[in-house]
Amino acid sequence: MDALLFQVLAGLATGGIYASLALALVMIYQATHLVNFAQGEMAMFTTYLAWSLISAGMPYWAAFFITIALGFALGALIERIVIRPVENAPVLAVVVVFIALLVILNSIAGWIYTYTIKAFPSPFPKEPLFGIRYMSAHELGAIGITLVVLATLYLFFRYTPLGLAMRAVAQNPQSSRLVGIRVGWMLALGWGLAAAVGAVAGMMVAPIVYLDPNMMGGILLYAFAAALLGGIDSPMGAVIGGFTVGVLENLLGAFVIGNELKLTVALVLIVGVLLVRPSGFFGSVHVSRV
Amino acid sequence: MSRTNVILLAVLLTAACALPFIVSNYRTFQFTLVLVYAIALLGLNILTGYNGQISLGHGAFYALGAYCAAILMDKMGAPYWVTIPAAGAVCLVAGFLFGLPALRLEGLYLALATFALGVATPQLLKYHHLEKWTGGVQGIVIAKPEAPFGLPINADQWLYFFTLAVTLGMFLLAWNLLRGRIGRALMAIRDHHLAAESMGVHNALYKSLAFGVSALYTGVAGALGAIAVQFVAPDSFNIFLSIMLLVGIVVGGLASISGALYGALFIQFVPNIADEISKAAPWAIFGIFMIGFVYLMPTGVAGAVRLLLARRRSHEI
Repeated sequence: MDALLFQVLAGLATGGIYASLALALVMIYQATHLVNFAQGEMAMFTTYLAWSLISAGMPYWAAFFITIALGFALGALIERIVIRPVENAPVLAVVVVFIALLVILNSIAGWIYTYTIKAFPSPFPKEPLFGIRYMSAHELGAIGITLVVLATLYLFFRYTPLGLAMRAVAQNPQSSRLVGIRVGWMLALGWGLAAAVGAVAGMMVAPIVYLDPNMMGGILLYAFAAALLGGIDSPMGAVIGGFTVGVLENLLGAFVIGNELKLTVALVLIVGVLLVRPSGFFGSVHVSRV
Repeated sequence: MSRTNVILLAVLLTAACALPFIVSNYRTFQFTLVLVYAIALLGLNILTGYNGQISLGHGAFYALGAYCAAILMDKMGAPYWVTIPAAGAVCLVAGFLFGLPALRLEGLYLALATFALGVATPQLLKYHHLEKWTGGVQGIVIAKPEAPFGLPINADQWLYFFTLAVTLGMFLLAWNLLRGRIGRALMAIRDHHLAAESMGVHNALYKSLAFGVSALYTGVAGALGAIAVQFVAPDSFNIFLSIMLLVGIVVGGLASISGALYGALFIQFVPNIADEISKAAPWAIFGIFMIGFVYLMPTGVAGAVRLLLARRRSHEI
């Protein structure tokens, strides 16, 4: 029983990270109906920026917030420069551009920071918080930060005029433009926010998996699985999907199939959800008229 | 085919046959790999270029073909030339089977599912219950075939000619397949699947067959590649292999047979040049080229060549 509880709680911790990244994917999907294959590498790259800042002697939390701002700028910039020209292009062109972004960010990180694995500090103490022996302080902290990010985003989208404008653009760009919303800038803003959320996920996962240019490969796959499980156009679903996938991954890994085939679990999950229930748990069912 | 095309092809073939006697053994090996990649790219192009199904996981089929060849040669003592049709047959079945669920996935979602396949491949190959056959993380070393019938050429040159023969056969097959009824059906599905369906094209059958044939090509390439490199290991079949194949068809030209050759030359030789700058440089250059081609030259090198030739012809008249 102890082992089970331990695995579930550890799964929740990684699940929080999947949830953040899945949320970033969903945010971009909602606004543009595209799945950003480079989301993981964007998170990886911003985490390297955080590492640079911390190595330069900056205190952790200062670096943390500066990195989020940098991530936001990076995301918005990528949307403006790289994604804009292919906004209305066929799917294949868009996928190629995303994959290109993925390899460019990956190789630039490898170029600047080399491929050797680096340790990334955790802002939380070494000894367990509140005497909870099932989870390390970092795991608990990661869950806490994930929840804070989610709450902030919820409040932003629900209660601010800017959030309302962004939701309007996601739902109906033409009408939004008619009432005077700058659609292009809202999309850039959405990309920026997604990248910022991804940056948080990257900084939270780096102390666990260590920092290297390929660290996000598997995590991105799980985030895809989480986003699809929850419904690719539902933010709430992405979060629930993230935690579910995290727990599922740990339980299957510990008790059923072992750790060797973890990525295959993600593959099976992705294909399975797409085949059995393409709208996920909470996504809207898509009907097209022929 | 016009007369100029026949002459061009003859010149190209003569050059290809003369090549291994002019350049060093190492260069010959590199050109063997170019041919191998050309077959793989042709396979991916049948699926993605002609049929419009995006695959980001074709490295998985390349790996399957490579492992088929390695296991047949190393564990069962089969001669190398048997492994090529065997790998092709296994991949045809595997591709067809993967194509069945893929029928329900369109565009972006298929890209996602195949991306997951590509990322998961190395782990599957390392799986310890398969280790008896796959050799686990260490992989399998295979011997290089010598030239038969006492031909006065070395192993590298022989392998080059063997690969060249297979490549020619595969290209001829693809050319026949794609310019006829089947090719038109594939393109019709890509351009408008509803219209194709109402014209009597069996969408489901053609789409899963396209997946199977595409996997067959890529698997044959994988088998040839394994024999040429003399080694298979899980980590050489990671997602970047699949992405490299995507780079190849984008640069070479989507929905073009000759494009496979340009793409293969590109993915074989550009990293060699770029490697001198930095270990990471080839991928940065690949990425920039991918974006550049999508923005500026969506038909790839093959499209540009076609345009140039057409321009010259109109000039002559």
